[in-house]
Amino acid sequence: MSPFLSRPETWITTTPAGLYCEPGGFHIDPLVPVPRAIVTHGHGDHARPGNERVLATPGTIAIMRSRFGELTAGSLQPLDYGQPVAIDGVEVRLIPAGHVLGSAQIVIDYRGARVVVSGDYKRRPDPTCAPFEPCNCDLFVTEATFGLPVFRHPPDRLEIDKLLHSLSLFPERCHVVGVYALGKCQRVLALLRRSGYEEPVYLHGALVGMTELYERFGVPLGPVLPWSEAPRDNLKGKIVLAPPAATTDRWSRRLPDPLVAMASGWMRVRQRAKARGVELPLVISDHADWDELTATIGEVAAEEVWVTHGREEALVHHATKKGYRARALALTGFDEDE
Amino acid sequence: MNRFAALLDALLFTPSRNGKLRLMGEYFAAAPDPERGWALAALTGELAFDEAKPSQVRALAAARVDPELLGWSYDFVGDLAETVSLIWPEAPGGKGHVPTLSEIVEKLKVASRNEVPGLLEPWLDALDATGRWALLKLVTRELRIGVSARLAKTALAEWGGVELGRIEEVWHGLAPPYQPLFDWLEGRRPAPEVGDLPTFTPLMLAQPLEDAEIAGLDARDYLAEWKWDGIRVQLVARGTEKRLYSRSGDDIGAAFPDICAAMPPDVTLDGELLVMRGGEVAAFNDLQQRLNRKTPNPKVLRDFPAAVRLYDILRDGPEDLRGLSFAERRRRLEAWYAREPRPALDLSPLVPFTSWDELKELRDGARDRGIEGLMLKRADSLYVSGRPKGPWFKWKRGALTLDTVLMYAQRGHGKRSSFYSDYTFGAWRGDELVPVGKAYSGFTDEELRRLDQWVRNNTVRRWGPVREVGPQIVLEVAFDSVHRSTRHRSGVAMRFPRIHRIRWDKPYRDADTLEALERLLT
Ligand SMILES: [Zn+2]
Ligand SMILES: [Zn+2]
Repeated sequence: MSPFLSRPETWITTTPAGLYCEPGGFHIDPLVPVPRAIVTHGHGDHARPGNERVLATPGTIAIMRSRFGELTAGSLQPLDYGQPVAIDGVEVRLIPAGHVLGSAQIVIDYRGARVVVSGDYKRRPDPTCAPFEPCNCDLFVTEATFGLPVFRHPPDRLEIDKLLHSLSLFPERCHVVGVYALGKCQRVLALLRRSGYEEPVYLHGALVGMTELYERFGVPLGPVLPWSEAPRDNLKGKIVLAPPAATTDRWSRRLPDPLVAMASGWMRVRQRAKARGVELPLVISDHADWDELTATIGEVAAEEVWVTHGREEALVHHATKKGYRARALALTGFDEDE
Repeated sequence: MNRFAALLDALLFTPSRNGKLRLMGEYFAAAPDPERGWALAALTGELAFDEAKPSQVRALAAARVDPELLGWSYDFVGDLAETVSLIWPEAPGGKGHVPTLSEIVEKLKVASRNEVPGLLEPWLDALDATGRWALLKLVTRELRIGVSARLAKTALAEWGGVELGRIEEVWHGLAPPYQPLFDWLEGRRPAPEVGDLPTFTPLMLAQPLEDAEIAGLDARDYLAEWKWDGIRVQLVARGTEKRLYSRSGDDIGAAFPDICAAMPPDVTLDGELLVMRGGEVAAFNDLQQRLNRKTPNPKVLRDFPAAVRLYDILRDGPEDLRGLSFAERRRRLEAWYAREPRPALDLSPLVPFTSWDELKELRDGARDRGIEGLMLKRADSLYVSGRPKGPWFKWKRGALTLDTVLMYAQRGHGKRSSFYSDYTFGAWRGDELVPVGKAYSGFTDEELRRLDQWVRNNTVRRWGPVREVGPQIVLEVAFDSVHRSTRHRSGVAMRFPRIHRIRWDKPYRDADTLEALERLLT
């Protein structure tokens, strides 16, 4: 790096409110309300209500509006993928992160140096959102939710096959699949359709709004119905999607002989799946697995890597051994749930 | 191997018995020979690879993976076989030949300890993560998928459309991979010959009898004997071959060399396995000390001497006695015992009586340790495997009960995973409640719903699936007996505790004390 160029660690810092770009005067995914925020995506551990000004993709803004309503922010500035915007001499672009609808990496250029903040991301194709775009940079701030080499997500298709096989083996049981409302729910729907499953899929009430939002954004998900509209016996041998907590709580008693499945990267570890009372674990994740994390670090050619959001020590260890300057950010406020 | 691995994986996660049966049945129908035979051997616990050790698995992984990453991963996962199966670097592109279960078994059976790692490594490269997990669990003998040998045989019986008893009868004449068994079940040849092998004869079992039902029976038709509080066993000797079978047909002879040594040649006997000292039956807890050990050391043999109290004789020399009446078999048993008295074997005496009232008094008066109640057997009953209705009854002494206070509730499993259905209850020691047991049965669905609701509304603390509740609910708990235990904070452990009644009415301060429970110690 030329001495005339800026060193990113002099202008991007961690503060109690989260990652902060000094010359641009903005925080990224701030933990508490700030004057100016850039939000990578709509999950609750990244998007919070009450900031004065928010910059995000149109998808993320729509998601925040549907979650927070009036409280979303003082002003909302949508920015399409790839469009540059100048903020006090800092150039900012949002590029796809492949995590959920609207999810973005934040590319920040300042005095010849480039920082990319990944937000949450994954590398494998997802029919419900734009694919991750790798971008060369000097400093890469990466997530590490699945930052241990035991996490290697199998191909999605095999996991969906497991679900369909179980339906044929237990046709009298209602298959209730635990999914997060934003992203996982719609991805599982899209994957089911891709595997040729054409029957209606039933949704717990908490999932309906976000699924409709995806459809407004032009993501086809096939026939879906609120579960309450099906007579009880009609749910035998059907798929019901529900928030993970609902699958093993009182709500599930209203389903006929429910078989509890769960779609999450954590399902890779059997004891975790058993402890959650899951009968059919489906390893379907919206986060990069270990191989994707390590490959991405190599691909973006950054000299320096900051690791946050998960199991940081193993990825820092790996990056250091590969010759990167690496450190753990230890930011708080991140949620293990996908 | 992949199909077998998928089966193990599915069995691990399927809590219900029926679900497990269906999974195994589907596997037996689809898997080829001899693959399914080896799988059956694995499920029934008959596969052992003594030369494969967990340390070899650890060393293989350490050679392939950064040790720091392996360490953090092991800390996170908490199980060696699973950690290694997940972390094993997958070879890009060609993964090599995926082994069948048969290949794995056949090669490992003859491998020396030094050869084992060289076999495992290419298999780990070729298999996927589930396959690696199954392989490592199999070689380290840690399947723990919640399937007993009996359940696996039940699945086989259901799939083959025969009675479980028929499978158990032929089982011990066969060896993995059980080709004649599958040939028979698929109709390609007749049932395997049992011949002169020391095979298990499925037991004849008794039905429980309530006090109210006794009036319908004629006392003159029945013989009575004590029901001893041990475990029911079958002793089978053919020449020098000797077997001690549990009631499910598992050979437990290795754990009881003292009984095997006492066994006479060429006979099949039915009796109760007990620990006895000087002609006295010891507490069930003492027997537990023996049952817990696969191979007992001399001290354990000396401190917990096992014995079998004989109830019945099924075969004497070449003669099958099952077609004789119980009264006749009893005479044959007594005659045989007079001829062949043995240390560690004695006869369970008949209990003479003239009326049910007299017998009931004898039953309730029997304070002997080790007596659970009475067995009533029709004098004319033939020995029929299974649990036929009518010929044999067990007439247990009334259970012991204690009023306890609900302390913790835990979520159940399977169908009950949305309910707090496992209850820990305590008894008073001074002002303090001490947990004395755990029960998860004995209530109706309606009571469960009510308890569940109550637990949710009265939680004072929670950790994961467990909720601590304030003292309020009195549970009247029934149990068969109570024993000293060093593993419990209370120092005692109940046998078969279940909820007898929920005393919504009773003030929790009036529940029983630990002292009261200790007075019931056997
Ligand atoms: Zn996220
Ligand atoms: Zn996140």
